[in-house]
Amino acid sequence: MPQVLHLVTYVPLVLLLAIMAALVWKAIPAIRYNGLGFFGRTTWNLGNLYAPLVSGHGVTHPPGAAYGALPLIVGTVVSSAIALVIAVPVAVGTALVVVEKLPPRLSTGIGFCLEVLAGIPSVVIGLWGIFTLGPFLSHHVATIWANHVPDVPVLRFFRGPSGNGQGLFTSGVVLALMILPIIAATTRDLLRQVPRATVEGAVALGMTDSEAAGAVTIPWVRSGVIGASVLGLGRALGETIAVAMVSGSLVGSNVHSFYSAFTTIAATIVTQLDGALTDASGLAVATLAEVGLVLLVITLLANIGARMLVRRVATTALPVGRGI
Amino acid sequence: MTVATAPAGEVQPASATGSFGRRRARNVVMWTLCSIALALVVAPVVWLVAGIVAQAVPDWRWNVLTTNQLGNGGGVLNAIEGTFLIVAGVMVLAGVVGIAGGLYLAEYASARHGSLLRGASEVLSGVPSIVLGYVGYIALVVALHWGFSLLAGWIVLSVLVIPYITKTTEVAIRNVPTSYREGGDALGMRSGYMLRRLVMKPALPGIVTGLIVAAAISLGETAPLLYTAGYNSKGPSGALTHSPVGYLTYDVFTFYNEPYKSAQHLAYEAALLLIVLVVLLIVVSRFIVSYSQRYSPDRQQRVTGRWRRGAQPAEARSAQPPLDAASPPPPPRA
Repeated sequence: MPQVLHLVTYVPLVLLLAIMAALVWKAIPAIRYNGLGFFGRTTWNLGNLYAPLVSGHGVTHPPGAAYGALPLIVGTVVSSAIALVIAVPVAVGTALVVVEKLPPRLSTGIGFCLEVLAGIPSVVIGLWGIFTLGPFLSHHVATIWANHVPDVPVLRFFRGPSGNGQGLFTSGVVLALMILPIIAATTRDLLRQVPRATVEGAVALGMTDSEAAGAVTIPWVRSGVIGASVLGLGRALGETIAVAMVSGSLVGSNVHSFYSAFTTIAATIVTQLDGALTDASGLAVATLAEVGLVLLVITLLANIGARMLVRRVATTALPVGRGI
Repeated sequence: MTVATAPAGEVQPASATGSFGRRRARNVVMWTLCSIALALVVAPVVWLVAGIVAQAVPDWRWNVLTTNQLGNGGGVLNAIEGTFLIVAGVMVLAGVVGIAGGLYLAEYASARHGSLLRGASEVLSGVPSIVLGYVGYIALVVALHWGFSLLAGWIVLSVLVIPYITKTTEVAIRNVPTSYREGGDALGMRSGYMLRRLVMKPALPGIVTGLIVAAAISLGETAPLLYTAGYNSKGPSGALTHSPVGYLTYDVFTFYNEPYKSAQHLAYEAALLLIVLVVLLIVVSRFIVSYSQRYSPDRQQRVTGRWRRGAQPAEARSAQPPLDAASPPPPPRA
């Protein structure tokens, strides 16, 4: 019995290696054809699919095929960063008020809300995002500042027409909603483990409860919250369907404004695979494997970083009385 | 000691900055901001659910549940059948592998071996679902010539949820008090018998909750299924390969964008069904958790060291000193 179980335990490891091997194997023609310039170009051109295939870089490909991953990588990273900037303060504030102020019955209700938000399929969030949230954000929220932002180098990004509700801003908000539950729930559980006596000590020194939260509670849980946030970042980087629905799916051009259409790696794979299959040389499909590999590397780095942070907090911060 | 440091030295300046009135004002501002954050979490959930309900319910037709998808409208019977078939298969496949893996990690694995396998499982859970779907497409659908099929969908979704099931199973088994095993040992039980009768039984609610979470995940996934299960406007044929299967999330993802009222309405109806199913699963899992806690009142506290309300040791319940005359003492934390 243990021997059988032993074999089964290797399934995740084997699967992980198999996934990576399959992606690398499939991506080899694209890696050879696209070269290092892949990460610097912005074009996304399948080439002339009706012309005879030609050979170049040791790969048969349609004439004129040129791929660049820069807009995809930038779109992925920027939209996830926006999500993180929105989600972390909201999640921490929510967890603080739930743990410190709300009666248990209400905080159970909030917990239910978080579970529902975490459980709602991303395709449903995308549906709501494209028809309800997106138009609301572009017509009623972005307009508050879009025309008043000064026309200076960095802030210019937030200036200009607020779009139709499909784009970077909406995607950032949708992603923020999707990673809120994991950050808020983790922070809440960590806050509940902060030893009562230390907080009481801070209050006994004459602090207000917000000062006690800032000086004792938050530092106590900080690295755990960072870990949960990076975990959320990993989710946001890999989120596909909701972003594919609200991003506007702009392939082949860099994002130029906070409200403009864009695309991410994951959304590109899901929206472009159908079209890529029409490329008889298989280069388009191979290129999608290559961007998939890039996405895998980015998310794995984020996830491993998060696990290390969370593990560190789990082994050092929990014993009562340490550190203070 | 690198984390969780709030040494007493840093504590002093806070109480020394600003006058009493300013500090009280800052206190109010901070809790107001936190309350706004809370509202920013709750409002979208209510808005989202209400928005979908408002779109789907006014023109709700009950025959949507009993007819297949047809042209630019029809019903979702094919998708409901397909979704249940997919979720049921994933529960069996991922359930067996995940529970077996969790059991091994909790009971048999050595520390070093265990951390390697646990790490692999955690890394696997971080692989984006579209990458899994893509690999499933090139490996199962194309290379193995299965075509869009039930089996490909099962396998890809199982890969997605196995890490969750492994994790929850391991945690559930580890949470069984050591005294249970000691009791079994004292009675001379064989280890296999003890595992079945003494360890698995109290761990069962945790394992089942993990399975329910996995069911909710596989119910709501779209990206891994699009290029593995494909889509079928008829009910599942029962064949494992060479026969695409429909599912609810596909109806939402595809028909919301069609220029027909009936198609968009179908998308909203499918979305409503998905929300109802997910909420049902959450309620069931909550019920299981509260039921199992009711019959082992001190287990969670003892195992996780977490204080539950009403189960706190006496010294932790010591009265809070009032902050000042103006503000009431903070309520005890839950």
